[in-house]
Amino acid sequence: MTHHPLLTELTLRVRTEAHSRDPATCPCAAATLADRPDATVVRHARTVAKAHAPDTVAADLAPRLTAAAHLPGILLPPLRPTHVDLHGRLVTFWPYGEPVDPEDPDAAPWEPAATLLARLHRTPAPPGLPAMRGPAKAALAVARLLGAARQDHHPALAPVLRAWSALPSWARGESPMRDTTTLCHGDLHLGQLVRHPAPDGPWRLIDVDDLGVGEPAWDLARPAAWYACGLLSPEDWALFLAAYRAGGGPAVPADGDPWPALDVPARALTVQTAARAVAKAIDAGRPLDDVERAVVDACDRMSSVPPELADRFAK
Amino acid sequence: MQCPKCHAPMHTYNRNGVQIEQCSGCRGIFLDYGELEALTRLEGQWGGGPAVPPPPAAPQYPAQPGAPAWGAPQHGGGHYGGHGGHHGGHHRNRGFGHMLFSS
Repeated sequence: MTHHPLLTELTLRVRTEAHSRDPATCPCAAATLADRPDATVVRHARTVAKAHAPDTVAADLAPRLTAAAHLPGILLPPLRPTHVDLHGRLVTFWPYGEPVDPEDPDAAPWEPAATLLARLHRTPAPPGLPAMRGPAKAALAVARLLGAARQDHHPALAPVLRAWSALPSWARGESPMRDTTTLCHGDLHLGQLVRHPAPDGPWRLIDVDDLGVGEPAWDLARPAAWYACGLLSPEDWALFLAAYRAGGGPAVPADGDPWPALDVPARALTVQTAARAVAKAIDAGRPLDDVERAVVDACDRMSSVPPELADRFAK
Repeated sequence: MQCPKCHAPMHTYNRNGVQIEQCSGCRGIFLDYGELEALTRLEGQWGGGPAVPPPPAAPQYPAQPGAPAWGAPQHGGGHYGGHGGHHGGHHRNRGFGHMLFSS
């Protein structure tokens, strides 16, 4: 594998950082954990360095990093309180945490995830924190789909765009969210949880790039969407929801039907997931797999049930 | 299960994604908690009429949570049941290792 300059530099930086903390006994185990256009993440023993997306705004990342440093019982705290600059990219340093095992669905931490979210949502947001980026990211996914669809029309384009256009403007990132005070993660999925200290410490949330104030239901909406699309079992969804309620999470009523609160964000995240899947399929010139098709089918079904019906209960 | 009225065996059928039990003897139908509302909701959607609001959740465990009307057919689109046994065709966490780990 050829290393681009950023990856090479980042690999050197994380080694230096690791050795500054653990000079004598470092096993020097190094690995590239992620190398995508929006993030490059490398590990050296117990230290991880992340180069954030090229368009990351330093003034937005700083309060997010500070929030993580001040909430170590919920979020993995960074090793350094501020970022460093590397080749024009913002780089942050983190302790290594043990991720969720993609090979072991039965061990997925649905309840700890919900408990952490309830705790996060009940924590007063630190001052200066920007808006949670969930709706903005959904809009980016749809924009990317439109770009991909210019090269090649795809039959899934119409149902995805129809479902998107039926959403209220806040869920499309076109107007502010009603809730401007609740602390939210903004991009919850199973890749956002690690055990720290590895390998069997308590679960913590990682990735503060989308952290901010907003509608807390957004953080529950990805599992809700997976459940609605038939990708997450009713048992696991029930465990997740019950743990969130037991933790006193404010995003859904303490009992009764949670869907009036979840419907709009779950639709938005279903559209986001479908948009990413279709864009990737167009780029790769491959058909959708059955999981991707399930998400597009859900978008298709949305047009027969307007979201306003559900949203009106949420007020 | 046995029919509570005539004690003949009951068979399970799936009507529009909602699971119902019908007696093989007297043809009586047994609906689990919330299933009548689920059927009425579905009827309302197709007829263009107003959807019936969900009944309050019963204090039961393990509770099967409701699903939105646009949900996958496995849920019966708005199924509010207390069913222990599950409908066919549902794979546990189908997107695991793929969709559940990415933005």
